[in-house]
Amino acid sequence: MEQIAFFVLALLVVASALSVITNRNPVTCAVSLAFNLVAIAGLYMLLDAQFLGLMQVIVYAGAIMVLILFVIMLLNLREEEQPHPAGRVQRVIAPVASLAFSIVIGRAVFASAPSSFPDKAEGFGNAAALGNELFTKFYYPFEAISLLLIVAMVGAVLLAKRKVE
Amino acid sequence: MDVLINLIKIIGVFSLLMGLVSVMTWVERRLSAIIQYRLGPNRVGPFGLLQPIADGIKFIQKEDIIPAEAHKVFYVLAPALAVIPALCAFAVIPFGPTVTILGQQVKLVILDLDGGLLWAFAATGLGVYAIVLAGWSSNSKFSLIGGLRSSAQMVSYELPMALAVASVVLVSGTLRPTEIVAQQAGAFWHWNALKGGWQLLGFVIFTIAGYAETNRTPFDLPEAEGELVAGYHTEYSGMRFAAFFMAEYINMMTSSALAITLFLGGWQLGIPEAWQPQPGWLLWGLQIGAFFAKLAFFQILYVWVRWTLPRFRYDQLMNLGWKGLLPISLANLAVTAILVAYDLVGH
Amino acid sequence: MIDPRLVLVLSAVLFALGVAGVLTRRGAISILMCVELMLNAGNLAFIAFARLANGPQAQIYVFFVMTLAAAEAAAGLAIVIALFRLRGTTDVDEINLLKW
Repeated sequence: MEQIAFFVLALLVVASALSVITNRNPVTCAVSLAFNLVAIAGLYMLLDAQFLGLMQVIVYAGAIMVLILFVIMLLNLREEEQPHPAGRVQRVIAPVASLAFSIVIGRAVFASAPSSFPDKAEGFGNAAALGNELFTKFYYPFEAISLLLIVAMVGAVLLAKRKVE
Repeated sequence: MDVLINLIKIIGVFSLLMGLVSVMTWVERRLSAIIQYRLGPNRVGPFGLLQPIADGIKFIQKEDIIPAEAHKVFYVLAPALAVIPALCAFAVIPFGPTVTILGQQVKLVILDLDGGLLWAFAATGLGVYAIVLAGWSSNSKFSLIGGLRSSAQMVSYELPMALAVASVVLVSGTLRPTEIVAQQAGAFWHWNALKGGWQLLGFVIFTIAGYAETNRTPFDLPEAEGELVAGYHTEYSGMRFAAFFMAEYINMMTSSALAITLFLGGWQLGIPEAWQPQPGWLLWGLQIGAFFAKLAFFQILYVWVRWTLPRFRYDQLMNLGWKGLLPISLANLAVTAILVAYDLVGH
Repeated sequence: MIDPRLVLVLSAVLFALGVAGVLTRRGAISILMCVELMLNAGNLAFIAFARLANGPQAQIYVFFVMTLAAAEAAAGLAIVIALFRLRGTTDVDEINLLKW
């Protein structure tokens, strides 16, 4: 049962990723990416990381992708034109290199990783365990990343502001 | 056996929500008529009670129009994308205690997740896509502006809502809706909005943000006639428009149900335990009835507010969200955190 | 039961697809979206390892990567908007003022 769910979700993930990298219309691209993110969240929930799966939907699919869609519509982006003629070599090497990379990693993983998951620990993946770690061992990174978020927010507002002449 | 019980629960809740939506259309029209001192629908059946059926038949038999330059895939997908997350969000809301049917313990909630509240937020967050896509794919100026305004409003008011919920989570110490409801047992002053959690301000913030999330007056400028024709559903007609309508009503119900679960004790009766009848179908029926009575009150409140208050202008709306509700909800969270840290409130 | 090796291979495939997208696409926002794909591939690998180790450490990294991705998307999109206002296009092949 879990195997079937995993294969279906994996298929959805790969199909929507292919749609993201090949589709010429940016809005279709963005919606495929949102679908991809929700499918990956499904994979997280399958791997028992419930809190992070829901966080993925709320933060990534619910906020970041909506932001990207807004910007696409603000800039009124049309369909992308034909690929640039000078990139011919790149366009051949990119898929080949990706395939080679996947094969290399696949062989490395199959040679060394364990072949089944251990039984789930008590309280794995719920908010309490994560909160405990976050606010004790990862306290300084937590403060640093909240500072980073403020900096990113201020920077984004400043960069996107219309200059008053 | 478990699968069968879950299936029955899902079908039951789905039918219930759809039925409540059609009742809501009748309630809205009759109640607005009473408020405006006129007669509402009163021809189709006694007191116009069969009006929703007439509306349904009207919507189904309308011509299926797709605008010429519209993006067909997203145009067709958007109404479905509006209804599905709205229905999914209701899955984590407990509408009754654990009942015993034929010797089996049946929890009256479809998904008893550890992070149940997050599921509700995830589902309402996904509802924004439908509006953005509907506005963009209709290839019309009114739709696009309405869609962008509406979704910007929804995203902005998600923040005060989430912070109000975070205060409740601080007080309750858990994200599970069933546990939050269980902690509000007893007399009605044990509810989180009153002495149980001192979250009255949070309750008010959550309700106001809920009105903005569901695009209801006084925050319904993006879909107001006379301002933007009909906003993001200008170019939709027939069953597709009915789908957006349904999604709005289901969102209203989910938002009210969340407010009831978090702040008003969910299915708890609100009378001290000594006065409650023994656990059995009398008690359980009363508790389920209490939940739906509270839900009905909130729906009537939605309609009442719609026909009483004037609309906010869009910049006033955004100002209220970012410069008004967000600082207040942050302050609420900070004060609640201090009170919980010193053990003055909390379970 | 799910095979962790398959999860890791899926993460590698997703990463490779993201890289191929970054190298092939022309629009700045499309490239940003492919970068998000790569970040998600990394997150998936982290979650697989967290499940193997049965502990919360790797999940905290996922948490931080998600936050970082949000900040980066916001800042990156602001840069794209500013660039669009300057050059009228988001085509990365046209943004070549520094070329000799």
